[in-house]
Amino acid sequence: MSKKILGISAFFHDSSASLLIDGKIVNAVQEERFTRIKHDSNFPINSITFILKNNNLKLSDLDKVIFFEKPFLKFERLLETYIHNAPFGFSSFRKAMPIWIKEKLFQKKIIIENLNKISKFDKKNLLFVEHHLSHASSAYYPSPFDEAIVLTIDSVGEYATTTIGIGKKNKIKIIKEIHFPNSLGLLYSAFTYYLGFKVNSGEYKVMGLAPYGTPKYTKIIYEKLIDVKDDGSFRLNNKYFSYSTKLKMINKKFEQLFKATARQPEENLKQFHMDIAASIQEVLEETIIKIVKDISRHYDIKNLCMAGGVALNCVANGKIHEKKIFENIWIQPASGDSGTSLGAALYYWYNELNNQKIINNEDDMHGSYLGPAFSNDEVEKQLRLYGAKFYKYNTQDILSISAEKLSEGRAIGWFSGKMEFGPRALGSRSIIADPRNENMQKQLNLKIKFRESFRPFAPAILFDDLADWFDLDVASPYMLLVSKVKKNKIIEISEEQKKLFGIDKLNIKRSEIPAITHVDDSARVQTVHKETNFKFYSLIKEFKKITGCPILLNTSFNVRGEPIVCDPKDAYNCFMGTNLDMLVIENFILFKEEQPKKNIINYKEKFQLD
Amino acid sequence: MNFLIELYNFLKIRKKFWLLPIIIILLIFGGMIILTQGTAVAPFIYTVF
Repeated sequence: MSKKILGISAFFHDSSASLLIDGKIVNAVQEERFTRIKHDSNFPINSITFILKNNNLKLSDLDKVIFFEKPFLKFERLLETYIHNAPFGFSSFRKAMPIWIKEKLFQKKIIIENLNKISKFDKKNLLFVEHHLSHASSAYYPSPFDEAIVLTIDSVGEYATTTIGIGKKNKIKIIKEIHFPNSLGLLYSAFTYYLGFKVNSGEYKVMGLAPYGTPKYTKIIYEKLIDVKDDGSFRLNNKYFSYSTKLKMINKKFEQLFKATARQPEENLKQFHMDIAASIQEVLEETIIKIVKDISRHYDIKNLCMAGGVALNCVANGKIHEKKIFENIWIQPASGDSGTSLGAALYYWYNELNNQKIINNEDDMHGSYLGPAFSNDEVEKQLRLYGAKFYKYNTQDILSISAEKLSEGRAIGWFSGKMEFGPRALGSRSIIADPRNENMQKQLNLKIKFRESFRPFAPAILFDDLADWFDLDVASPYMLLVSKVKKNKIIEISEEQKKLFGIDKLNIKRSEIPAITHVDDSARVQTVHKETNFKFYSLIKEFKKITGCPILLNTSFNVRGEPIVCDPKDAYNCFMGTNLDMLVIENFILFKEEQPKKNIINYKEKFQLD
Repeated sequence: MNFLIELYNFLKIRKKFWLLPIIIILLIFGGMIILTQGTAVAPFIYTVF
């Protein structure tokens, strides 16, 4: 009889559920995709329901359900922090305690109640794993290594904010930890807040903004905000931060340090903001590199695995790879808290049940395509409900028509196969376009994604052609490594253009693939492999046949503030609410100009800005 | 009841019995906040005046 383990992450941010059957990752999904609430932290009832239905299971068929963190331990940290800071922090205590006393302390009961809403569940089968151990497990166990250093960095779990562990065969052992309030994740989030972006969501924008600036404030950050030792251990100066005692990230002293108040959301971005972003990005990269270098000196292990929200900082990841500190790096594609449901289940399977870790050449994530898929019949039924005008083709025709339209400059909503797990769209729920088109970045940002014009787009490239286009010598299937565009693809810019500052840099055509080349000539590369997504691979191949270019611009199929589309209904709504020209859902093609006018919706206002 | 047993076991394993009086006080204090759904000092002020 096969063993089935369900992992759950909830009540923090990015709730999710994952299922292992005999140790194999069968499904993993985020709750936000079903509820359409970005970073939804509610109990993942929809995710669990989908997983059970998809595998024809009831809760009573599961051997164990594993929750991703230990609520009592977190409460202990909270209490100790309040005691340490007393009498400061009373206002935060006043707001936090009722929630803890009403709900969070009784999380076990709440989880059991919620599970019982789905079907009968035996409470003895519920277990808890520590937050960072869940992250570490999500990084090591699916990796193609039988021995690795496991680095996790995020804002905070129970106590730990950064951990270093060793994964050996089927066991993980955490050997070093840095504890709250010293946190690289919280430091980065403090700057995210200071720059007017949403904490726990806008960190990507800080990273994207950094190349527009100069790291002028790095020295101040090192002198006043963070003390980093040679071994990468660090301590934050809490005089400048409020998160321990208040429900705010920074205080007045922080603003005085940079002689400017925090930017308001949607306020114009100035050169100062870009310089701040560049500075904190540099500090983050240097600190992580110090940590990684120190580990490599102490342990004779050639593989590195990473997870935790900070491991989504692909610019820092790219730097670690570039420095060749470790021979191989593997980063969990769902490195944020969504991935902890998977990690919790994997930890139980290997560490507690003592099952052997089987090493393959590939990782165990199946390309991160672990969510729901829809048959042509299901899609057709949905489209008919909308009265949509559509054409059905065989797969080969879908590929050739799409490639042709892309080469003509059309932006396509591309919906195919199983939905991705993690924050990146990897060719299943993507908006795709021609990267050679120099107006495409602006057009996509402003007219389709309704987001800030400075934000870059990623290239999806056939793995076989990687060496011709990017300075990257390893696969990056999860869009987690940033690399420079090859020199011979870069267009020399004039002396006048070199003098441009800030957002003005956007208007320069920098390479043969300007829509995905960031202002520092870098790109967040996704390598596409026929083994994991044959259809997407074949589409790019068709595009290459027409254009000679083996790359497509790939961005998530959503608008600003919206979770990535999950089902055909979401895809059609997003298509009708934006300026997308064409929609491809499985074997169906839809053109915007042919759709009934009544289906056009005001999509821009529908989602809260992130 | 289960909750109290689990809390006791937790403090025992973590060797943090020194937290117990604080937890009790905080639970009472926190309970008051919930009851009043406002400022925590309100119940004291009402008894004084």
